[in-house]
Amino acid sequence: MQTTRIKVMDNFSLSHLKTTSKKIKRIKSEITKSASSSIKRRKYIQKVVFGIFRAAAWINGIALVIILYFIISNGWRAINWTFLTQPPMDSMTKGGILPCIVGTIGLSLGAIIFAFPIGVASAIYLNEYARPGRFLRIIRLGINNLAGVPSVVFGLFGLAFFVIYLEFGVSLLSGALTLGAMTLPVIIGSAEEAFKAVPDTYREASLALGATKLQTIFRVVLPAALPGILTGGILGISRAAGETAPIMFTAAVFFSPRLPSSVFDEIMALPYHIYVLATAGTEIEATRPLQYGTALVLIVLVLGLNLIAIIWRSRLRKRMQ
Amino acid sequence: MANIRQIKERWMHYLFLFIATASIVILFMISVFLFMEGLPIFKQVSVKDFIFGEFWYPTYDPPEFGIFPLIIGSLVVTIFSAIISIPLGVMTAVYLAEMATQKVREIVKPIVELLAALPSVVIGFFGMIVVAPFLQEVFDIPTGLNIFNASMMLAFMSIPTICSISEDAIFSVPTNLKEASLALGATHLETIARVILPASISGISTAVILGMSRAIGETMVVLMVAGGAAMIPSSIFDPVRPMPASIAAEMAEAPFRGDHYYALFATGIVLFIFTFIFNIMAEHISHKYRQVGEASL
Repeated sequence: MQTTRIKVMDNFSLSHLKTTSKKIKRIKSEITKSASSSIKRRKYIQKVVFGIFRAAAWINGIALVIILYFIISNGWRAINWTFLTQPPMDSMTKGGILPCIVGTIGLSLGAIIFAFPIGVASAIYLNEYARPGRFLRIIRLGINNLAGVPSVVFGLFGLAFFVIYLEFGVSLLSGALTLGAMTLPVIIGSAEEAFKAVPDTYREASLALGATKLQTIFRVVLPAALPGILTGGILGISRAAGETAPIMFTAAVFFSPRLPSSVFDEIMALPYHIYVLATAGTEIEATRPLQYGTALVLIVLVLGLNLIAIIWRSRLRKRMQ
Repeated sequence: MANIRQIKERWMHYLFLFIATASIVILFMISVFLFMEGLPIFKQVSVKDFIFGEFWYPTYDPPEFGIFPLIIGSLVVTIFSAIISIPLGVMTAVYLAEMATQKVREIVKPIVELLAALPSVVIGFFGMIVVAPFLQEVFDIPTGLNIFNASMMLAFMSIPTICSISEDAIFSVPTNLKEASLALGATHLETIARVILPASISGISTAVILGMSRAIGETMVVLMVAGGAAMIPSSIFDPVRPMPASIAAEMAEAPFRGDHYYALFATGIVLFIFTFIFNIMAEHISHKYRQVGEASL
């Protein structure tokens, strides 16, 4: 009686076990299947999305190439010796852009002469002297907000302050100071980055040798940071050279018969020249080659400066590492 | 001797401090002079009529100074440019920080920087001469100088800003967060979407706000490409006249210290306040929600 019962139990449990193990096997295979398919699916989604990301990155490159191609392919025909060395002639439809080149170089150099010392000194204070606190935060807030002021508002400020209030008139000086105020945050930013890259051991070694803080800054930190600071200066020049809105009311004129002889003269400038030729006047179509040519000269100037800065900086970083 | 040295040290300290305040001084003077030249217009029109007035006819007799269409114009081009520039900028940043090999990064990063360096007048020129005729033909519309065109050109001006700040934020997410997610079996994409982006969201928001601030203040592009009609647009292919364009185009003709002149300065105040708010917001976000490792998740 007892044995049979056990047998039955055994039989039952055995068959039960068999079915369960089959079930488990099935479920297991299903799980692995679905898991591997889910991994496949997830990998597939990742592939697609990464493809989109990659495409997004390359769109920037394509946009740059298209713009450059368009300016260069149309502009190079206009470039010749006359174009680069003569003033405009025949009510702007012929001749060259020498006054614009001179004006733009004057403006950007003037801006940098104003902004560079102030920017570097600000960065020295921020990085070497200032302690974290409310005052530092306010200064940083000021710099960030200055960087965010629209270029046309700088133009209005330049008009109200330099041109009218200080009575500099529409002049190279007014334009350069306006552009200088605008490039100041660029200079401060890159100078600060350069100071931060100087290892603290340099400062400590100098201080340990008995040098004062000032001596440390001028003989150790500044020389070590100089290449980085100069890179920022180059970027500042290129930024100032390309801006139009700040000089529209403060420095640039449609046409000036002669080259500027003092800082109080009004000037012609490359970006403003492009704008004027392309939008105002009666002979927009006739001056098209001049517009392309001027744009090409401006781009070569601005992007050339930027390329120099970028290459120089990447070399610096490699050396630092 | 040591005494002289100490005095010199102290004075140089104060000199550097004094120079460091230059940015604030300039910012302060910008607002003072804007208000000085802009506020007199409110003797002629009330603030409410100036901001919400629907007609900008500064040269009519009697003139009307309502900058509502200009504000709408600015907002519309900024929003549409953001729709293009935010995804492109953030995706490029993710690509650069997470996916690209060192070699590719060394090519793509300078490209983005050069895009940022392109003078705005050249981008405006490109939009006017290449994109506008193209749009006109493809969409069969009366003018290619419209919201759509301006937004596209503006987008390419704000992408570099958005991209470089986002990239810094993504780059500074601690690697142990990323490694923990990968070790749990998440794919790289899942790690990016659920760990890295949430951890760097404050930096990305700052980037987006600064990018939009750049777009709303950008002058030459909207001056040359937006079409210049001071009206409230009804379609994306309508021309508009954003605030910077209006200021830049009319300042030369506005009689010195006449009502028109004051009105343009007052428009400058409104524009300045807009970008000021954007910048303060960005500053606030980046300060308050600073990335501090795991705590920021």
